Amino acid sequence: MNNNVKELRETILRISGVDPKKCMRCGKCSGACPSYEEMEYHPHQFVYMVDKGQIDKLMNSKSLYRCLTCYACLERCPRGVEPSKLIEAVRLMVIRQQGMNHMKPDDLPAKLDEEMPQQALVAAMRKYSK
Amino acid sequence: MQKIGVFVCWCGSNIAATVDVKAVAEAMKSEPNVVFATDYQYMCSEGGQKMIQDAIQEYGLNGVVVCSCSPRMHENTFRKTAERAGLNPYMVEIANIREHCSWIHKDMEVATQKAIQLAKAAVAKVRKNAPLTSGTSPVIKRALVIGGGIAGIQTALDVADAGYDVDIVEKSPTIGGRMAQLDKTFPTLDCAACILTPKMVDAAQSEKIDILAYSEVEKVSGFVGNFTVQIRKKARYVDPLKCTGCGECTEKCPSRKGKNEFNMGLDNRGAIYIPFAQAIPKLAVIDPTQCIKLKTGKCGICQKVCSAGAINYEQKDEIIERQYGAIVVATGFKPISLEKFDEYAYAQSQDVVTSLEFERIMNAAGPTKGQLVRPSDGKHPHEIVFIQCVGSRDTSGCGKPYCSKICCMYTAKHAMLVREKYPDVNVHVFYIDVRTPGKNFDEFYRRAVEQYGVDYIKGMVGKVAPIEDGKLLVQGSDLIANEQVKIEADMVVLAAAIEPDPSARSIATMLTASMDTNDFFTEAHPKLRPVESPTAGIFLSGMAQGPKDIPETVAQAGAAASKVIGLLAKDHLVTNPCVASSDELLCNGCSQCEKVCPYGAISYIEKEVRGPGVREVKRIAQVNPAVCQGCGACTVTCPSGAMDLKGFTNSQIMAEVDALCK
Amino acid sequence: MQMTQKEWKPKIVAFCCNWCSYAGADLAGSSRLSYPAEVKIIRVPCSCRVNPLFILRAFQRGADGVILCGCHPGDCHYSTGNYYARRRMTMLFSMLSFLGIEPKRTRVEWVSAAEGAKFSAVMNDFVKTITDLGENVKLGDLRCKESLK
Repeated sequence: MNNNVKELRETILRISGVDPKKCMRCGKCSGACPSYEEMEYHPHQFVYMVDKGQIDKLMNSKSLYRCLTCYACLERCPRGVEPSKLIEAVRLMVIRQQGMNHMKPDDLPAKLDEEMPQQALVAAMRKYSK
Repeated sequence: MQKIGVFVCWCGSNIAATVDVKAVAEAMKSEPNVVFATDYQYMCSEGGQKMIQDAIQEYGLNGVVVCSCSPRMHENTFRKTAERAGLNPYMVEIANIREHCSWIHKDMEVATQKAIQLAKAAVAKVRKNAPLTSGTSPVIKRALVIGGGIAGIQTALDVADAGYDVDIVEKSPTIGGRMAQLDKTFPTLDCAACILTPKMVDAAQSEKIDILAYSEVEKVSGFVGNFTVQIRKKARYVDPLKCTGCGECTEKCPSRKGKNEFNMGLDNRGAIYIPFAQAIPKLAVIDPTQCIKLKTGKCGICQKVCSAGAINYEQKDEIIERQYGAIVVATGFKPISLEKFDEYAYAQSQDVVTSLEFERIMNAAGPTKGQLVRPSDGKHPHEIVFIQCVGSRDTSGCGKPYCSKICCMYTAKHAMLVREKYPDVNVHVFYIDVRTPGKNFDEFYRRAVEQYGVDYIKGMVGKVAPIEDGKLLVQGSDLIANEQVKIEADMVVLAAAIEPDPSARSIATMLTASMDTNDFFTEAHPKLRPVESPTAGIFLSGMAQGPKDIPETVAQAGAAASKVIGLLAKDHLVTNPCVASSDELLCNGCSQCEKVCPYGAISYIEKEVRGPGVREVKRIAQVNPAVCQGCGACTVTCPSGAMDLKGFTNSQIMAEVDALCK
Repeated sequence: MQMTQKEWKPKIVAFCCNWCSYAGADLAGSSRLSYPAEVKIIRVPCSCRVNPLFILRAFQRGADGVILCGCHPGDCHYSTGNYYARRRMTMLFSMLSFLGIEPKRTRVEWVSAAEGAKFSAVMNDFVKTITDLGENVKLGDLRCKESLK
């Protein structure tokens, strides 16, 4: 693992608060995941790959945006690893690396996908539901 | 006036090569209270010991310092020497000038100076020594076993075999425990009842064993060799002397709502019932929460049909008191409650069962007479999914952090038995790891896979959901294929984690025996004293100490029995005199010491205390010397300085500190 | 100022529990693993027998360093003694700095009966630490020191 990757890994772990070493690789997170079929990297792989420093692959994968942040993995994990927080942290790293170029509301309609619940919508619902 | 003798050993050249032993002896002669000092080649030899004995008598020594090897080596030797010469053995101190001096230093000057200082410290300590006498306490030659499962039965049989009386206290109406509920046992697949019931019968027939079924330990007092225990014999509402166990009453009882505990609640039983056909004692018992007569006063059918006239609705709980020399804890286990595991739909579907329930379904004496059928509709299942580690190795707070140890093996057993009896049934097992350390265990598991074609899937189930046709959709991950699998199953079997029986906690409190954070009893030493509790006279058998299978339980039960026999074989226990004691004038009864004592050796009494200008009744700490092991934790905790440790008193240690810092 | 630098040897008291650390020290001896002669050992049944006052007493009487050795956590012969020792020493450490004694002059180490090499290494290191710190003057109540001479 080179230093850049190490730093990236540390940042992801810090902002997510996840300790991937607690994972006992049972795969219950992926067993519970409703978006499993849509992802090429699955929740248990996120935990494993972040730990091993294979973060590039994750940041460039579509899986990152297929996660609904429904927290099923987090709820079901017997070791309290919280994979969804890790996925969110990887997403955040992508945003940080892009600089501050936030998406403008006008760009949104073109990007809407009929097939899937939108992560942005789900996140907004989570934010305003309480 | 104290007269101390100092004896410096050469240990051949082991000490004499680097320590000038003559100079040490010479230097010690000028120490206050030292009236005699000499050196000799081998102090531990007969000649050396004689030299010490002679000097004690000739000079009237009342303190002896031997400068030699480690006290761990020869302290006892020299104590016995002193005793033979009429000196109290605890007036001997050892200065370790071999391991801690001559062997590690090369410079003669340095080593000699250090040896002199060590000798001076020992003299300083011996000046403060007081004669100590070992007490003795009698041993009551009777043992109590709490719990009547295979662990308790085996311990009781072994103790009885050695000729000692044993009582088994069992809280349920029959002995036999969990093992009686099992169908077959791994890895040999012999039936549990076939190997357990003969042992139950042996226990019942033994003249040395008294089975107190349907009874609970109420109160324990006393200490090793001399426990007094109150036992509550719960009311059966059946006269044990008259009941023949014919079962006529159980068939006629109109109340049919009681859950049958023996079948894990899969069917119902009458309010009056006999737990199972081979129950021991084979007596009927009335469940007062279900009995119509006891609840409303109307019914009394069982009394009418009982030709022996054994039914007695007036029976009351009875408390008996007995004395024991040793107590064995064999309280066993239960599967955890699955209420926190919604994802497995245990509460939603009757076809999701625990492994222990499945055990009853597969058992020929069980609710389905051994036919594998779905509990919901009685239909034959075609797809069965087993899920392992349900609540085991779970640190999220829903389950237990430990591995339950037995699940891998019994799941392989269940899968194998199903495939053997019903080759048309597909069996899937979701596992995280398959753990099979044990004789013929891995071979057994491999047989399930290779010969019986059980489908093992590495991964966990995330969700079980009832769908149409009464099927269950099992969604899990297959980590090796890296895909999510969905199985439409007819039955799901959950390998629920095990936990200590809930009654263990209150028993541990009564016995002052320590438990770990999971409520398993802790052993006196994890490797070297695995069947003893740190509390003297309390022994551990079976699952109460930690998860284990039947062979291990039986082995541990035998080990516990041998420790009990070793204790009961003694007429008296010689107690270590180096124990804590409290100065009643200084003690203010604050209870701090009691909290730190790992043995429960400290209690409090109200006592009239007399001293210079003092005469009052107050609460003071009292150490039971038979229970105290002499660690000294209480001495440091005591805020008033009342507590001290004999043999290692505050003043002795301070004197050593002073001597070494000079 | 210079004169004592070379000849001065620290006084070091080591409290060792009977079951692990004292046996570890014995093993260091029988393995001939040397450590400085300034270390002198007092045997106690358990590390929890060591009253923090004993350590203060040693400092008062001129010790330059005091080390407490016990069984590894979880291995205590009396099951919980070393946990009490650990807590008490933590308290003592904070008090020592308050008294003006360098906290490095005391130390708690876990040495098992099989760790002769560790015992020797710990003692060598501790003596070096104390020698570097120099003579302990803070608790050297001068009147007390004079009277002892």
